[in-house]
Amino acid sequence: MEVFITSAIKVAGYSAILFVLAIFVFLLTEGLPAIREVSLSVLLSQRWYPIEGYYGILPLLFGTLLVTIGAALIAVPVGVGTAIYIAEVSPRWAREILKPLVEIMAGVPSVVLGFIGIIVLASTLRQVLSLPTGLTAFAGSLLLGAISIPTIVSVAEDALDAVPRSYRDAALALGATRWQTIWKVTLPAARSGVITAVMLGIGRAIGETMTVMMVTGNAPVMPTGLSSLFEPARTMTATIAAEMGEVATDSTHYHVLFLIGIILFLISLSVNLTASAVLLRQRKRTERILS
Amino acid sequence: MASTTKTNSARRNSIQTIGFSGLTLLAILTVLPILFIVVYIFVKGISAISVEFLTGFPSNGMRSGGIWPAILGTVLLTFGTAICAVPIGIAAAIYLSEYAPDNRWTRLIRISIVNLAGIPSVVYGLFGLGIFVLSLQMGTSILAASLTLGIMTLPVVISTSEEALRAVPQSFRVVSRSLGGTQWQAIRRIVLPQSVSGILTGVILGLERAAGETAPILFTGAAFYLPTLPSSALDETMALPYHLYVISTQVPGMPSDIQFGTALVLLVLVLGLNLLATIIRSRARRRRMW
Repeated sequence: MEVFITSAIKVAGYSAILFVLAIFVFLLTEGLPAIREVSLSVLLSQRWYPIEGYYGILPLLFGTLLVTIGAALIAVPVGVGTAIYIAEVSPRWAREILKPLVEIMAGVPSVVLGFIGIIVLASTLRQVLSLPTGLTAFAGSLLLGAISIPTIVSVAEDALDAVPRSYRDAALALGATRWQTIWKVTLPAARSGVITAVMLGIGRAIGETMTVMMVTGNAPVMPTGLSSLFEPARTMTATIAAEMGEVATDSTHYHVLFLIGIILFLISLSVNLTASAVLLRQRKRTERILS
Repeated sequence: MASTTKTNSARRNSIQTIGFSGLTLLAILTVLPILFIVVYIFVKGISAISVEFLTGFPSNGMRSGGIWPAILGTVLLTFGTAICAVPIGIAAAIYLSEYAPDNRWTRLIRISIVNLAGIPSVVYGLFGLGIFVLSLQMGTSILAASLTLGIMTLPVVISTSEEALRAVPQSFRVVSRSLGGTQWQAIRRIVLPQSVSGILTGVILGLERAAGETAPILFTGAAFYLPTLPSSALDETMALPYHLYVISTQVPGMPSDIQFGTALVLLVLVLGLNLLATIIRSRARRRRMW
């Protein structure tokens, strides 16, 4: 009996590897035929118009890039700043309010944010910036920023908390102000954790689907620069979500959408592998210092 | 000399004051949108809430009536997700915390869990469509959607449960073994009962995420509109998040009170789960035996 339970537990333990492999292999089998059916020059063109056979994924790739850069510009300073505030500056009562609120934000479904984006944010942006439409890459960036901030705050705060008390005490005893201690001692000591936080936050932004689909206006046009932030855009995730429901199974369009899925999978894989490598290196260094 | 030091320290202090104010401002920037969203949806949505809205069917092209099929669908999907993710998730957590040797394979498992957690939800949707809906011929169904959401929820359940299991002091296990118990008996009788509230917290947080997700169920089980309730796990179902997406983008001339009412119900459901997890966690901390 016990042998049976133990082996069932072991199988479950290995299931995570199995699932990652299954997802990747499956995406490959459904997505790779696209490369045979559509020539590379078409795939790398600037026009996405599947009905007429234009499968240029560059506008989608750059759409994701544009919206994500916008989101990172907002979320990184605000998120890291908030984490520093919670871990180093805030009085106890403020922390007790801030932490649950950040947790609530992490729990708000992305479709609710998209809904608020359509109803409130888009019309406000249109009026304030006098744009033809408020459904722009910028609206997507703002909301994606809001989505990645909780991830950045909680991971970065954990990293700052993990810095030994004695580091701060030593700096303060040498006459540094608390501000100097934060910038010269605590933050550098927590550097890899903060970098991980930023990477995971950006990873969330790249993978987010519903919010961007609802507020970015869904126009697969090639961005020409940061000014394109104020025009409609279309990300890779939104393209899959918007078009997969209407394509015929095993058609070229179907295969190309899976190909975009492969790209998204590889991006999230590299973000997460790098983030864990950064953390692992830091842990090894800490062990060396403390031993 | 003394005066230089004085101005210097005065300058340092004012830099600190400015810096701290800046950080406070950033923290306020973080929480203001949260407060705004929650309060705004509550204020605008509360007037739509009625018994008829919560228990009725949509009518007039979803422009009036209730959202009962969507509420029920989300509850069903959440249960389905729990059935798929919880047993495997807890077993995997037990393996990692109690059995796994510190070797290459275990590291590979951990890397896989981290990556599973990072895969975009729409990619899970693609996977679910390809494998459950098409290859295994489940069709777009509650079953296919629950399996898809289950795999997506798995990493959350595994990592939070493992943390809860690891929090049980090593001495508890040692004592149990020294009394002649087997390893499984120690886990079954000592470690699991001691960590059950931590595991429950993790499970609820995972399900909270599943309940609010739209992208994974878009092509695996969510229906635009259904005149009847699903009668088996192989039927499609309406779901709250997808319904909110539909009525805020796909239906022209949608009355806004129904939109806000739907958003409010979804928000209350999801944040209610969050609150439940918080309560369980804080009660368990108070009662802890170590």
